[in-house]
Amino acid sequence: MTPLIRSEQTFKVFGRGAEDAVDKLRAGASVEELREVGITAAVIDATFDVSPGEIFVVMGLSGSGKSTLLRMVNGLLEPTAGSMYIDEEDITKLSAKQLRRVRSQKVSMVFQHFALFPHRTVGENAAYGLEVKGVGKTEREAKAAEALGMVGLDGWGDSLPGQLSGGMRQRVGLARALACETQIMLMDEAFSALDPLIRREMQDQLIELQHRLDKTILFITHDLNEAMRLGDRIAMMRSGSIVQIGTAEQILHDPANDYVAQFVQDVDRTRILTASSVMEPPVAVLGSESGPMAAHKLMRDHQLTELFVVDRDKRLRGVVFAPDIAQAVHNGRSDLNDVLQTDIATVTRDVAIADLFSEAAQSRAALPVLGEGDRLDGVIPIVTLLNALKVEPAVHEREAV
Amino acid sequence: MDQDFLPALPIGDWFAALVTWVSDNLGGLLSLIGFVLDDLLYEHLSDLLTAIPPLIMALALGLLGFFVRGWKFGLGSLIGMLAIQAMRWWPESMDTLALVLIAAFFATIFAIPIGIAAARNSQVSGVVRPIMDFMQTMPAFVYLIPTLFFFGIGATPGIVATIIFAMAPGVRLTELGIRQVDPEMVEAGHAFGAPPKQILFRIQIPLAMPTIMAGINQVIMLSLSMVVIAGIVGAGGLGGAVYSGITRLDIAKGFSAGVGVVILAVYLDRLTAALGSRSAVAKATKKTAPAH
Repeated sequence: MTPLIRSEQTFKVFGRGAEDAVDKLRAGASVEELREVGITAAVIDATFDVSPGEIFVVMGLSGSGKSTLLRMVNGLLEPTAGSMYIDEEDITKLSAKQLRRVRSQKVSMVFQHFALFPHRTVGENAAYGLEVKGVGKTEREAKAAEALGMVGLDGWGDSLPGQLSGGMRQRVGLARALACETQIMLMDEAFSALDPLIRREMQDQLIELQHRLDKTILFITHDLNEAMRLGDRIAMMRSGSIVQIGTAEQILHDPANDYVAQFVQDVDRTRILTASSVMEPPVAVLGSESGPMAAHKLMRDHQLTELFVVDRDKRLRGVVFAPDIAQAVHNGRSDLNDVLQTDIATVTRDVAIADLFSEAAQSRAALPVLGEGDRLDGVIPIVTLLNALKVEPAVHEREAV
Repeated sequence: MDQDFLPALPIGDWFAALVTWVSDNLGGLLSLIGFVLDDLLYEHLSDLLTAIPPLIMALALGLLGFFVRGWKFGLGSLIGMLAIQAMRWWPESMDTLALVLIAAFFATIFAIPIGIAAARNSQVSGVVRPIMDFMQTMPAFVYLIPTLFFFGIGATPGIVATIIFAMAPGVRLTELGIRQVDPEMVEAGHAFGAPPKQILFRIQIPLAMPTIMAGINQVIMLSLSMVVIAGIVGAGGLGGAVYSGITRLDIAKGFSAGVGVVILAVYLDRLTAALGSRSAVAKATKKTAPAH
């Protein structure tokens, strides 16, 4: 399939004598060397392509040149060297007017801080791209309303952007880009200014929209989790250069160099997440004064094979297992003394998940998580622990809270 | 130190030579300017304003204040205007108002495009800025000398001097307002393929409007102060009254005319400030401000 976006050895260098600097960079000069003579190499020898219908994520820290790269794709910045093809047309060779035509017909953009016009209503904002194109009022209002509907903002058209929350504002930004009906959408840290829960929601919505509308998306982010969630392919950028392009899995398992490896390691979920972020509230707990009959009933009601026993202050006293309880009931015992297991593994809230495994492996029961004063705060069944290893929505959301 | 250590700098003489040259060679242009400003605009406007009976005019100005700002300001304006009439300064006040309107109109018309050009081009800004500093800090009276030379006694030298003197804040605040527009907004315009002119008129100017309006308010206030000074060159109006109060040491006359100027100043200031808060951006800001 012919790529929709194709960057061929593009450079963007700021400063005096930028062209010479490109030659030096080609000859192997380092970014630091050039910085000493007052030249900033923002993007160095960037070659990549994006196929129709693909979400291509450019991932890098601030100052890595990813935003500059994005702005070369729609010609907001002209490459110092190299070629940028949109739909097989080299936009570096176009006049300002032709470039504007490419932008309004083929490439729309979503901004980090939304860039909505505060003096225009949500509907007028969503219709902006069409207004620039010269689409008539009735038609562009209809299309803007349709785009607002797609992002779940039906009926907000007459509000002002200032009356909306951050997440809703970015939906307007998204609608403005969608209303243009361009094949390509550029998204510049589009979700970075949103709080984590909203960010996830927006990511889901973007994926859903992309499936429905088959857009080609170039997405810039500094958040590796976001990159891995959204990207069909990811380009890792560092100090102006693309260091690796690949799927999330390729980058995780086969990092091209130490930098990427370190990056991926840094986001190793099991080291970031702690017991408190994956624990679940216990389905049921047993008061320490209760007898085997009560335990039997609780287990039957909740379909459990084990029950944690706590005292009045919620302090963990131990655990009882279904076979022992059945035996105790059979024997007509009235207390738990003989069946209560007190020698059990426990963890505290702030233990990293990576360190939970050995404890979990030795334990017959789920891992109890103890808070202040040995109070039972939650439990971690082994299944939950394994799920935490996957990049899993439920886990992510807890982390965000 | 010996005075002759440095050669004399006859900058005043050079300027005088320039003024003489202009008045000798550009006489046609000067009389055209005089004709437009005085005969065409000032005469007619002041005739019109004076022709309306004071009571009706006071009511009209009060009503305008009411619609723009509310009943308190409307009522205050009405009382202020009636006070001017009661002090027997009505025709002079209307002359002054006519001078201010004409001067402020031209000052704004020149200032806004210059401000826009300065905002879009740093080189223009680099040239314009020191000129504006110069124009604003030069003692106001000094403008009256060459203009008097060009146009003779009357309203024209007063209006021309006022236009020059009052322009600076209009230029400055227009430039500032446009430069302060969030670059991401401008980029959004570019990203959707809007041509530069559209970005200027549909994004930059609307977003800069509150600041531009503040500039226009300043232009009007400076115009009023300069128009009063221009009484010296026979521009008439309240300025003329104040000036004749000075020359005759007539305390009563000078003071009451001065109070008339104050009433006009307060009226014009509050009125134009309120107009500034009616721009789309200002309204949007007000509407979306937290309720508390």
